[in-house]
Amino acid sequence: MTARGEARLWLAQRAAGILLALAVAVHLATILYAVHRGLSAAAILARTRGNAAWLAFYLVFAAAAALHGGIGLRTVIREATAWRDRSLDLATAAFIVLATLAGWRAAAALFA
Amino acid sequence: MRDQLLRVSVWRGADEGRLVAYEVPARPSQTVLDVVTYIQRRLDPSLAYRFACRVGMCGSCAMTVNGIARWTCRTHVERVAKNSAIEIRPLANLQVIRDLVTDMTPFFEKWRRAEGRFVPATTPARDFAKVPPASRERRAADAGIECIGCGVCYASCDVVAWDPDYLGPAALNRAWTLVNDVRDGGNSDRLRAVAGDAGCHACHSHQSCALRCPKALDPTASIAGLKRVAARATLRGEL
Repeated sequence: MTARGEARLWLAQRAAGILLALAVAVHLATILYAVHRGLSAAAILARTRGNAAWLAFYLVFAAAAALHGGIGLRTVIREATAWRDRSLDLATAAFIVLATLAGWRAAAALFA
Repeated sequence: MRDQLLRVSVWRGADEGRLVAYEVPARPSQTVLDVVTYIQRRLDPSLAYRFACRVGMCGSCAMTVNGIARWTCRTHVERVAKNSAIEIRPLANLQVIRDLVTDMTPFFEKWRRAEGRFVPATTPARDFAKVPPASRERRAADAGIECIGCGVCYASCDVVAWDPDYLGPAALNRAWTLVNDVRDGGNSDRLRAVAGDAGCHACHSHQSCALRCPKALDPTASIAGLKRVAARATLRGEL
């Protein structure tokens, strides 16, 4: 990959990392809240269904996690194996898209 | 002290080889290089090793001493010997030519690949360049400029071990000193060279280079600086 491409991936992973730092904190706080209050699945769904703010939060969270993890996975594979050519970049892109879609599907299930 | 003997194991051979045991008289203020020299001059003249200045300036005598890369001319035996025993091997992450001598070609070739040479700015100088010593750029360059090219950081770097193409701490540190040299005109090529597949972004900040550098430099900080400059250049569309 070109220097520009590598630098963009690095920036994207850092930016996604910053988003994740915030999103994971909110996510953990939400879990603690739900457990302490003893909320049932139905009670949780009652709060998230039709709530555009929670939908937006989890769409961003899922995309950031997929991007951060995908780029990191590419780095690990490049370091640990001999797989370093263009096919790895394509596989990384496919992984990021699939992981994002899977996350969005879960977010949509909370919303609708 | 005079009657004490050091048990010294020395790597003999090339990439394939074995440790050979020698006994060397212990002396006060003895360096590891003194020990190797004693073996070569008194016990086995066929031992191959490299040294020049003996005072920590030339960077040619680095070896692996008890598992850690060190400059042997400034490493006192009493500081590293364990129960009067020392194991001396060639530097890691480089091919061994013979015994304690490694082929440093890839190490210095990476300095060239990282555009580690000064490129004069295109406008001809009319006067001496005035570089205020307290300026931010000069202080950043000064922090990394005392590298003696010994290869200790390169031999200590995990990323070099994983990816033989990785430019390594010394070459990237050199590039960083030039990025901060206001007289230099080669930064666009240099940034492209150091931001590629095997450049600054591959650094994991393990900081073994900074821990082991005999000149107490911090190549990890230099590499972080390159990442920042590359990120800014990317955002401005200059990379």
